[in-house]
Amino acid sequence: MTSEEIMMILKGKKAGIAGCGGLGSNCAVALARAGVGALVIVDFDVIDESNLNRQYYFRDQIGMLKVTALKNNLERINPFIDISAVELRLSPPDILKYFSGCDVIVEAFDDAGMKLMMIDTVLNQMPEKFLVTGVGMAGWGDNNSIRTRISDKLVICGDETNEVSADVPAIAPRVGVVANMQANAVLEILLGKNPFQAISTSF
Amino acid sequence: MKIILNNREEILDQHSLTISELLKVKNFSFKMLVVKINGNLVRKNEYDITRVNDGDDVMVLHLISGG
Repeated sequence: MTSEEIMMILKGKKAGIAGCGGLGSNCAVALARAGVGALVIVDFDVIDESNLNRQYYFRDQIGMLKVTALKNNLERINPFIDISAVELRLSPPDILKYFSGCDVIVEAFDDAGMKLMMIDTVLNQMPEKFLVTGVGMAGWGDNNSIRTRISDKLVICGDETNEVSADVPAIAPRVGVVANMQANAVLEILLGKNPFQAISTSF
Repeated sequence: MKIILNNREEILDQHSLTISELLKVKNFSFKMLVVKINGNLVRKNEYDITRVNDGDDVMVLHLISGG
């Protein structure tokens, strides 16, 4: 595929992003740069100084709603995409409401309970949807422990081991790796497998 | 029986196990779990009645915080 053909396909696609923290903000930036035509971004939180170690925000945005700041940042990168920014703490009915029109959904929450709620809701109530989830990215180093596994329409990115705690914080590089792996999985879902890659996952 | 558990081959003494029994045998004591057999989601209230049999591909995803 030429870059023009790729842009044409992606322009007609819509991705939903649940959570605009470390995973969601970085994944959204990658998808906006790649040219995905429409994004639905959902988060309830405001930007705190402590978020700047990994989330795609700037110091002068502290105190702003994450969805508002992210929309601004994405539009500075790619003003031609349609962004729906929704200020909300997602519950199962809202997941259906806001993401049913998306071609693919990215789970980008911080909290394990919210991740479980998202996976349960999508797999039970929207079984036709692809869901790309991020699990395990705390700390630093150990590049090769971060991987992807696929079970039907559920794609899991991360090391599935390192949980965030007081001693093991989430830091930009590993969170960014997982966020970009999620974005990369989204492209593979939207575009199909890259025929020039000798070894690749297959959806 | 021989199953695939989280992409790895596992040989178990039992011929068949419920999900609850499998989680106990493998010491999965976590609360935040997503379980799939051959790609199909198993709901929590079905862990005691859903059986894992020879040749099944089982995914046990342990959800942890961070993002």
